Amino acid sequence: MAELTDLTAEEAIAAIGAGEVSSVELTEAHLARAESDTWHSFLEVDRERALAAARRIDAAPERPPLAGVPVGIKDALSTKDLTTTSGSKILEGFRPVYTATCVARLEAAGAVVLGKTNMDEFAMGSSCENSAYGPTRNPWDLDRVPGGSSGGSASSVSARQVPWSLGSDTGGSIRQPAALCGIVGMKPTYGAVSRYGLIAFASSLDQVGPFARTVRDSALLLQHMVGHDPMDSTSIDLPEPIALPSRERLDGLRVGVIEELMGEGVDAGVRATVETALAAMESLGATLHPVHIPHAKYALATYYLIAPAECSANLARFDGIRYGHRTADAHDLLETYERTRSEGFGPEVKRRIMLGTFALASGYYDAYYGQAQRVRTLMVRDFDDIFSEVDVVASPTSPSVAFPLGERTADPYTMYLSDICTIPMSLAGLPAMSIPCGLSDGLPVGLQLAGPALSENRLFEAAHATELALGFDTRPGGTA
Amino acid sequence: MSDTRWEAVIGIEIHAQLLTATKMFCGCRLSFGDDPNTHTCPICLAHPGALPVTNAEAVRLAIIAGHALGCEIPERSVFHRKNYFYPDLPKAYQISQFDEPICGPGRFRYLSDDGEHWVGITRAHLEEDAAKLTHTGGDGRRAGAERSSVDFNRGGTPLLEIVTEPDLRSGAEASAFLKQLRQTLVQLGITDGNMEQGSMRADANISVRPVGQAEFGTKTELKNMNSFTFLERGIGAEIARQIEILEDGGSVVQETLHFDPVTGDIHSLRSKEEAHDYRYFPEPDLVPVVPDRAWVDEIKAGLPELPVDRRDRWRSDLGLTFEDAEVLSESPELAAYFEAVASEASPKSAANWVRGELRAQLREVDQEPWESNVTPSALAAIIGMVEGREVSMPNAKAVLAEVVEHGGDPAEIVETKGLGAISDDSELVALVDRLLAEHADQAQQLRDGKDKLIGFFVGQAMKATQGRADPGRVGELVRERVHSA
Amino acid sequence: MPPVIEASVVRHVARLSRLALSEDEVTTMQRELSGILEHVDLVQELDLSEVPPTTHAVPLQNVLRPDEPRPGLPLEEAMRSAPDRQGDSFGVGRLG
Repeated sequence: MAELTDLTAEEAIAAIGAGEVSSVELTEAHLARAESDTWHSFLEVDRERALAAARRIDAAPERPPLAGVPVGIKDALSTKDLTTTSGSKILEGFRPVYTATCVARLEAAGAVVLGKTNMDEFAMGSSCENSAYGPTRNPWDLDRVPGGSSGGSASSVSARQVPWSLGSDTGGSIRQPAALCGIVGMKPTYGAVSRYGLIAFASSLDQVGPFARTVRDSALLLQHMVGHDPMDSTSIDLPEPIALPSRERLDGLRVGVIEELMGEGVDAGVRATVETALAAMESLGATLHPVHIPHAKYALATYYLIAPAECSANLARFDGIRYGHRTADAHDLLETYERTRSEGFGPEVKRRIMLGTFALASGYYDAYYGQAQRVRTLMVRDFDDIFSEVDVVASPTSPSVAFPLGERTADPYTMYLSDICTIPMSLAGLPAMSIPCGLSDGLPVGLQLAGPALSENRLFEAAHATELALGFDTRPGGTA
Repeated sequence: MSDTRWEAVIGIEIHAQLLTATKMFCGCRLSFGDDPNTHTCPICLAHPGALPVTNAEAVRLAIIAGHALGCEIPERSVFHRKNYFYPDLPKAYQISQFDEPICGPGRFRYLSDDGEHWVGITRAHLEEDAAKLTHTGGDGRRAGAERSSVDFNRGGTPLLEIVTEPDLRSGAEASAFLKQLRQTLVQLGITDGNMEQGSMRADANISVRPVGQAEFGTKTELKNMNSFTFLERGIGAEIARQIEILEDGGSVVQETLHFDPVTGDIHSLRSKEEAHDYRYFPEPDLVPVVPDRAWVDEIKAGLPELPVDRRDRWRSDLGLTFEDAEVLSESPELAAYFEAVASEASPKSAANWVRGELRAQLREVDQEPWESNVTPSALAAIIGMVEGREVSMPNAKAVLAEVVEHGGDPAEIVETKGLGAISDDSELVALVDRLLAEHADQAQQLRDGKDKLIGFFVGQAMKATQGRADPGRVGELVRERVHSA
Repeated sequence: MPPVIEASVVRHVARLSRLALSEDEVTTMQRELSGILEHVDLVQELDLSEVPPTTHAVPLQNVLRPDEPRPGLPLEEAMRSAPDRQGDSFGVGRLG
């Protein structure tokens, strides 16, 4: 048998089922890689907790569906008694009193939580450099970023510290790091996975989703997370269960190629790699159709009004009274608040809180937040029109491959441009995923596929067949 | 307002805690007076990642209230976040409603001794209550306290905020309106209306303008008056303060004020951090409430008779006074009890007995009429016997006391205890003659014109007959016989 | 291009956000926010008076919870992360 850490989750479950390996052995193997964390994927690895769960599963009379396969959890998800910081100093050492619904569902299905993965502070960033606990490095090139904000979740899967992990995606925070790390990342339809326990960044956009090295693994993990949760008013039931994709052909699939995301602003190498992948889809029987998002050019601006506005309220609860950092020796309440928050939040978080507060402030609301919510309607309509003609849309996931650490930290707006390909789908609440589709300059390129709301199964089938055809090797050059 | 040159314009905002079992957006139990922080969860403590889910019962109660306030119930209502930092507000935003409240415009009718009044209702909306801040050190108040601490038990309690149009003109009007609004909400089971415990609170927006002027003056907001008396006095004091400013040629500053009921002072609540900009925006964690129209209509059809309608009916059909009607409609139970008595006895007497003797006797045993041994029929029977002169008033009270203690049929009690009025006049004549003879001195004084002594003889007669004599008839006989004896 | 956002607005917004900014930080923030606003101002060019706002991409309504009590947190769990526990309450220091 191959290295235990090279197994996909599906293979690992089969091996456990066949009695070739136990959950404890599998967990031990992954713990070893998670603990010698060259990439700084993890903020916290809880060996005892993981092994205890693995032992319980090994001893259980009936094997749960996920059979004790380890999983990495983005630190934005609340885990009872397991330190959860959302990458922020303001939550340093915070031990939640409850577990996020999606994590609890995975644990109930037999997943073993190995630890918490690094991220941009409060999921604000596209490089993982905004973590208060230091950046994560890309397994393909340690001098480059893994993408963000779910950088640690992506690198942990790429570096085989876990076969799969959970991330959260607000404007691309699953898809973009998946692309930069050469793995599969999936953002489900808004509401498909409960947000209860996901530390909110922008509530109307946030969605939890899986990272894996295969499309089938990502479908399998999602299968055990979805469904209405009475604790999240915005969560929904999918019309049908998530199925593991099996088709090898794409006959009759109409693929819309988003013209606005294939031109200016996208690196030539990325474009060329994506075009090769599109050709592969065509060879599987799909038909390609150029499509347009007429309001694409407003997407980034819209996003950078809505998300900061919501975050400015979501992060107001960090006041140092019930939990988290509290400044010392403040003279009065105002000083307690201002110093606690100024000491606790990093620069990007402060910038977004400021931007969001501004966008909501009296005299600016209509021009900014109000206007952005209306542009959002146009974005939804744009996609409605597109999906009246095609089944899925395709584009690059990221306009560039993984960029060097520090390259985009000087100018916030340059960093924001990293998300231009993923934001339109976020604004429309659509399911979208990134699969690795080749290398450019030796670094992975992601192909983004998106479908209408609730079309997860269609998307997985399209992605799975394409993945098989492309035969991308997810092992980073520098990992072994 | 006695001032003839100035007119006050007053609107009221009422916060009523809803009588649900759990909080507005989480399943924590509502409580009052329990140990601090024993009714909390990740949601009402605003732990990272926790989300609100709307309490269906709060929505139902708000719609009932909306109907009672004569409000439209819009097709759709939406929750907003109202952003401000304060330690009693754990999320640093209050989930409230803004431009799409659960109840739209309406009109509320109330009665006072000078007739019928209408107050426009601007809106009523759902929101969550703040937690409880306690101040220690200093004098226990916010200002000067050395430190403060928070108990989140109350945080998240469902509130209905009712906003009136500026239709009120005095503290007395405001108080009369609020009393009847409170009674209506309490009787519909929407709130317990306890102002001292803070489950109902009122703020007043007050301005003053010269009589005859159409535009409003600058308004101030007077906060959190926790009794009708304070409301009336606070408003009165603020009106006086504004008139004084205006008469001195000054101008009123728009601000939030606090009325101190002890000193009668009014002081500003503003402080340096209160540069408010609430930045309302739609709460993305919640979805719109679009009440089913058939359900909304069903709730309306199922509304019990409102206190104001009942009072109307009692005054026109039963001939009760305004005061009787007000007192007897205090609670739905009392109203039902009274109606049952009045259906078997004269309404006026029923009102007198229920308000008077019955309540007095029951107060001794700390019972309410509807939970006592005195069934409406029993009370009606007693009233009937008094009116038919079958039993004297003192004995009727004794019969009532017996029923209060042991229950039973009043007629039987009268029979077995021999409490029936003496119906044979000759028996009374003989008795009076005997008493006049036995108390010759008093009889003589009575003859000399000391009329007060009639009472003495009536008392003696009642004593001698153990209350069975009709005191009125005895009085008549004493007058008759004292001269013939 | 002059900054679209005045330093006084930056200070006001910082106060609303309860963030303390030094004068240097005000200047930096002014520059950065102005830079971002320059880009996001793009949304102004659209006439959207006839377009309704979208608050959720997946429209839902009437998600309500039955009024049934659920067990809450034991006191010790509720308070375990409190930076300033005062008895059984959360200390907030001196208000003002």
